[in-house]
Parts: sequence; C-alpha cells; structure tokens
Amino acid sequence: MRKELKAPKNKKKKNINSLRKKGERGKRISCVFLSPSILGVLVFFVVPFLVVIYYSVVDNPINHSFVFLDNFRNVFNNGAFRQAAANTMKFSLIAVPLAVVLALGLALLLDSKIPFRSQFRTFFLTPMMVPIASIVLIWQVLFHYNGMVNDVIGLFGAGKIDWLKSDYAQIVIIVLFLWKNLGYNMILFMAALSSIPKDILEVAVLESAKPRQIFFYIKLRYLSSTLLFVTIMSLINSFKVFREIYLLTGSYPYNTLYMMQHFMNNTFGSLDYQKLSAAAIMMSIVMVILIGILFLTENYFGKDVEG
Amino acid sequence: MTFRKSVLKGTGTALSDRVFIKKKKKKKRRTFEKRAMATIIAAFFAILFLMPIILTVTNSFMSASEISSNYGQVFSTTDTGGKTYISEKVNLKFIPDIVSFSQYITVLLKSPDYLFKFWNSVILVVPIVGFQLLVAALASYGFTRYRGRLKEIIFFVYIILMLMPYQVTLVPNYLVSGWLNIIDTRWAIWLPGIFSPFAVYLLTKFMRRIPVSVIEAAQIDGAGEWQIFRRICMPLCKGCMCSIAILIFIDYWNMVEQPLILLSDEAMHPLSVFLSKINAGEIGLAFAVATIYMVPTLLVFLYGEDYLVEGITYQGGIKG
Repeated sequence: MRKELKAPKNKKKKNINSLRKKGERGKRISCVFLSPSILGVLVFFVVPFLVVIYYSVVDNPINHSFVFLDNFRNVFNNGAFRQAAANTMKFSLIAVPLAVVLALGLALLLDSKIPFRSQFRTFFLTPMMVPIASIVLIWQVLFHYNGMVNDVIGLFGAGKIDWLKSDYAQIVIIVLFLWKNLGYNMILFMAALSSIPKDILEVAVLESAKPRQIFFYIKLRYLSSTLLFVTIMSLINSFKVFREIYLLTGSYPYNTLYMMQHFMNNTFGSLDYQKLSAAAIMMSIVMVILIGILFLTENYFGKDVEG
Repeated sequence: MTFRKSVLKGTGTALSDRVFIKKKKKKKRRTFEKRAMATIIAAFFAILFLMPIILTVTNSFMSASEISSNYGQVFSTTDTGGKTYISEKVNLKFIPDIVSFSQYITVLLKSPDYLFKFWNSVILVVPIVGFQLLVAALASYGFTRYRGRLKEIIFFVYIILMLMPYQVTLVPNYLVSGWLNIIDTRWAIWLPGIFSPFAVYLLTKFMRRIPVSVIEAAQIDGAGEWQIFRRICMPLCKGCMCSIAILIFIDYWNMVEQPLILLSDEAMHPLSVFLSKINAGEIGLAFAVATIYMVPTLLVFLYGEDYLVEGITYQGGIKG
C-alpha cells in the first residue's frame, strides 16, 4: 500500500521539478528577448534621467556642490515657470476631458447604425495624417486677424479679434487639439463598444432598461479600461500640441499659450541645466501622480467587469 | 368612430392591437428620425474634419498670383518686412480659378532643396519605425512570457517613460547623445527613437491577450521559444504591429523638436522642420510641399487603415 501511494507522488514531484527547470530556462530566454529593449531604455532614458536628478540637486556642473532643494525653489519661484505650469495644467484639464467625452459621443453616434459608417470613420481619422506644418498654415488662414473666422463673425456684427494673440488663444488651440485627436479616440471607443457582450445589452432591453440606464450601468462599466487608455493617449497628445503652438507662434507666444514645453525649450536654449532638470523632475512627479490616480480609479470602477 | 364600427363588425383589429401597432409605428418613425439626425450630425463633423485637407490639396493647384491675392493679407503681416496689402480680405477658396501646376514644377524641378528634405525625412523615419517595431516585438514577448514581479515593475517604468512628454526626456537625450558623441549625426535621432517604449507598451498589451493555451500547445509540440515567437506570436500580432507602425510613422514624420535640437546642420533637417520655416512669399509652395508631404502618410494610411482599426479593436478593453 505504502509503496503504491508513494510512487505516483514521486513521479509528480519529478514532473514539477522538470517543469520548473524548463520554466527557469524559459525565463532566462525571455530575458534574452527583453535585453535589447531594456539595454536601450537604460542607456537612453533611465541612466540619463538619474543624472538629471543629480543635476537638479547640485549648484552647477563644474562645482558639483550639493544644494538640495534650492534649484526646485528657484524654479518654483520663477514667474515664467508658474505661468507655463498653470497654462499647461489648464489646457490639459479642459482639452483632455473634452477629447474623451466628445469622442465617446461621436462613437455612440456612429454606433447607432447610420449609413456610410466606415466612410465617416475614415473621414474622422484624416486629421491624423495632415502634416503639422500644413495644419498650421490653415489655422493661420482661419484665425488670423484678417482671417476667415473673423470674416464670418463680422457677418454677425462682431468685432475683429486677433485670435492667437488674445485671451481666446487657448480656445483656438483646444479646437486644434480636438480636431486632431477626436478621430483616433473615437475609433478606440468604437472598438470597445463593439466588444461589449451583446446578450447583456439584449437582456437589459428585455428588462425595459432605458437607453440612459444601459449607457451608465452597462456600457460605461465595460468601457472603463478603454476610458483609461484613451485618457492616457489624450494626455500624451495634449503635450504634443506644443509642436503646433510653437510653429504657430514661436518661442514666446501670447501669455495664455506659454506652455511647460516653451519653458523647457527656452531654458534649454539658455543652457541652464539646473533649472531645466528641476523643472523636468517636477513635471515627471506630477505625471506619475496623475497616472497613479488614473490607474487607481480604473481599478476601482472596473474591478467587477472582466476586461 | 370608424374603429368602433369595424370592431362591431368584427373586421378591424382590436383596440389594444391598434394602439400597439400605432406605438410601434411611432417608435419606428422615431428611430428613423434619430438615425437621420445622427447622420446629419456625423456628416457635419465629417465636413469640418475634412475641410483643412481639401483646402491644402486644392490650393496647391493654384497659381502663385491667385494664392497671393487670396491669402496675401494674412501672410504679408506675419512677415516682419514691408506690409503689402494685396487684398482687403482673406479669400478662402476651394476651387482654383485655373488649375496650375506651377507650384509643383517649382518644388519638384526648380528647387531641389525640397526633394533633399523629403529624402532626409525618409532616412530619419523609416529606420526608426522598422527597428522600434523589431525591438518592441522581442521585448513584448519577453514581457508576456513568464511574468514575474521584477518584470511588472520594469513594465511600469516603461509606461511612465512612455508618458513623459518629450521636453522631460530632452535633457537625458541630449546628455546621452553628448556622451556617445553622436550630436549632429542622425544617430542622435535614430537611437532614442528605436528604443522608445511606446511600441513596447502597446504590443505587450496586445500580446497578453493571446491565449496561453495556444503557446502551451506549441510548446508540447516541441517548439522552442524562438519558434513560438517567430511562428505563433508574430503572425498573430500582424494587425497590431501594422497599427503601431502607422502611429509611430505619423508621429516621427511630423517631428520638429528633435531635429531642431539635435541636428544643428540644416542640410540634415527633415521636411517637417523646413516646412515650418517657409516664409510669406512662398505660401503657394507651402501648400504644394504639404500635399507632397501628405502622400506617404496617405499611402500608409490607405494601405493600413483596416489594420489600424483591427489592431485597435483588440487594444480596447485590455488591462495594463
């Protein structure tokens, strides 16, 4: 009896052992797969970033004396930095939610079985492929002091506005941002909408749920991880809008358009590495916190739905 | 009255049925109205979205004099030089008076500068797209197979790095380029681009969706890691790879900051930088160059749009 019982146990153990060996070998091999990327990322992003941290706490690259938080204090008290940080924050806070909500709206619109769906989808994606320089040209034609928009407004008796040099400048850029990014966001949402299990929606309709209830209690739950993804992508793209602003208005634009990136670029131009490093680190801390919050909320809202 | 008669006669449908049918008809009409409204709204947005592109293309066929009479007002004032008012108002025209190829002739034949810049763009972008995909494919396979805590941490670092705006990575980039002595060479743009974590993130998210059973089955059949990667993962990821390639291509095709900072030699600048420096007198040329510049993107797009959508389809609803 004993022998009979023991024998299979041993066998099992052996099996597990051999599997583990295989697993370890596999692990090593998978590290080989990872190595080029990790090496590259280490060399080009991580190590230099550590150096940047070092730069941010010493007084200058020649002296190397430790000043702790002085650089941060200097940057924080810098008027241009404050302006830039406030503008960037304001822009992201307005533009990113708008891009998410409007794209979701468009996706729902196209989801409601209208004709020419695939054509519309293509049309909405086209702004992605227009070269930035030509977007800038057209935006100038539209929003210049003597531009189209002023002409149209003029028909209704409103006065001319120099859009890019007024308090409305940020609106112009937000419109530009939305125009460019809505299409991609919309496609992400359309994909997610089509992957919601149909039977759940049908049951909801049978139980006479109102469209609004279906949207809030079912669709939104299933969309939560896509919402996170779209928000992250929009956030990344909201920083990229600097290219357009830069090409439209140069290094020193109107006050409300002066972004973090302008500050960084201009500081880089003046070779002030300390200031730049401190600003870069502050910006990345804010980003990490922001992303952490996003991931936590997504975990909280999407935990009972299988992605 | 009429329905009462018919009910009395026993011919017509019963009252409750009639109400039901009426309701149904009403509902049908309402959904039709809704759909029509949705179409109109979508069409309205579509026109808004398409307008700038159509404008660029059609205006590139206008003669120089027509361009300057249309837009002279806008661009002469952006010039710091003498202001020459040609027209009182900006004339946004979609259809040229006379279709002229003069802009294209100038761009393609008379000034070889533009073609050089175009070639620069190609040289800068194509290797980045190709090698970033290669590195990312390998890495995401590594991230997907045998997940461990250390790998999860590394992956999280990748996500954070991916989300850093370029201006934060600007200094690190510049420092490394300095150490490696590659500033003012194309390597300074190629290398950080190739190792950018963006593609790794997207591809890993996609690869994690491949059922483990598929890979296990291959393993039982005696396939090694490389074979699994090459013969099973890669074919499954084709659509996703294409969509990522399009995204990377568009992103780098439009890069402005990197070349401006890392390449001081203007002869190496891509067209995207050059286009942004076109001055007032050459507005017509700008439209023509922009149109030419759009062609590769358009081709990539037309060829890969289905992949883009397909690749994204799996992306939606995946957890990190």
